[in-house]
Amino acid sequence: MKGMSLIVKTITNIVIGFIFLYGLYIILHGHLTPGGGFAGGVIIAGVFVLKYLAYGSSKAGEKKSSIISSVFESVGALLFVGIALLGLLLTGVFFLNFIPRGTPLHLLSAGIIPLCNIAIGIKVGAGLFSIFLALAAFKYIMED
Amino acid sequence: MLELYLFLIFMLVAGIIATEIKDLLAAVISLGAVGFSVAIIFILVQAPDLAIVQIVVEVLTIVIFVAVILRTTHIDETIKEKISGIQVLAVVLYGAFAVLFFIAMVRTLNNLPPFGHPIMKVANQYISLGLPRTGGANLVADVILDFRALDTLGEATVLFTSVIGVVALMRKIGRRQK
Amino acid sequence: MTIFVFCIALFLIGLYAIVTKRNLIKIVIGFALIEYSVNLLFALIGFRRGALAPIITKVHTTHNFVDPIPQALVLTAIVIALGTTAVMLAIALRIYERYKTFDISKIKRLKG
Repeated sequence: MKGMSLIVKTITNIVIGFIFLYGLYIILHGHLTPGGGFAGGVIIAGVFVLKYLAYGSSKAGEKKSSIISSVFESVGALLFVGIALLGLLLTGVFFLNFIPRGTPLHLLSAGIIPLCNIAIGIKVGAGLFSIFLALAAFKYIMED
Repeated sequence: MLELYLFLIFMLVAGIIATEIKDLLAAVISLGAVGFSVAIIFILVQAPDLAIVQIVVEVLTIVIFVAVILRTTHIDETIKEKISGIQVLAVVLYGAFAVLFFIAMVRTLNNLPPFGHPIMKVANQYISLGLPRTGGANLVADVILDFRALDTLGEATVLFTSVIGVVALMRKIGRRQK
Repeated sequence: MTIFVFCIALFLIGLYAIVTKRNLIKIVIGFALIEYSVNLLFALIGFRRGALAPIITKVHTTHNFVDPIPQALVLTAIVIALGTTAVMLAIALRIYERYKTFDISKIKRLKG
């Protein structure tokens, strides 16, 4: 994939950190404000898509990032199932909220909901980024 | 509520353009117009969670569509060709089905509670018990990650399957060499 | 009631694209339109006049919220819609690679 012009690269350099930070905020505050794992995961996938579209990429780099993103997707799925199984082991009920609730309306509250949000965020972000790589990247270019 | 109707009409017009226009890139941009007006309607009906997800998903959808179209062709050649008999038959059958479906749906939707006054039988339980039981202030997150977490697990499985499907369809290994 | 008719109309537009169009990308666009219409119908059914978004900001207050259950159902459906659209586009791309066309009436010959 070829990169874009200098203007696009400079603007991308400026905004990309803020978008990533916004995605993290959406994931971590998913139990207090609108958002959550799904929205934040898609925003974080969008950060990497923006970086790829603006800067372009080489064949080796794309192979590496597709491997890394599929590893991260599996890690997210295993984390989500692991939280559910931990509830089964500790209390005997699948997906039971086994962590103490904490004070309401604070960041550290709501038991397993923030942990599930983080797992889903990793999973959705990595999964959508690997869909983008498979459909748009240089590695799979069509042979005429 | 006037702005709600304005965005709904805009959505319908953009949908008709998306299906009928000749250039596929323009059709995808019209699809984006439909998606963003749906996002604005979500904000107007007090669903900020859905609006955030809809906006970011819409952006990614358009990026994927444009990537596919740029790798292939962006002219819809089937529009200017002569209409065959079977296509006329398809349009006629569709018209008959559409009229029947419309009448059936209108009669069904008449039995629903009127717009703006839902039956809050189950939802009242979730609203009053959401904060004490789970401790989360966002009730939508409480429902999808605590009360109905098994549903979310199934959704994650579907997403995982679709990622595997796309990667397996697009890989180079196993293709026949020329 | 009249507001639900818009959702049915969008559904019928998407169904029209699926049934009568011969271009594969147009068919995928039709599926996307149907997904939007169903998501919109769910969100509109859950709306309550004069109510707030279902997010608690103070602990001990009277709650006047819209219905959170349709929103929770639609939230997952939107992301699934993106996944299915991507799978359909990948299939369309492979068909184009093999036959050099998106026209489904020309994809007839067997080619090994």
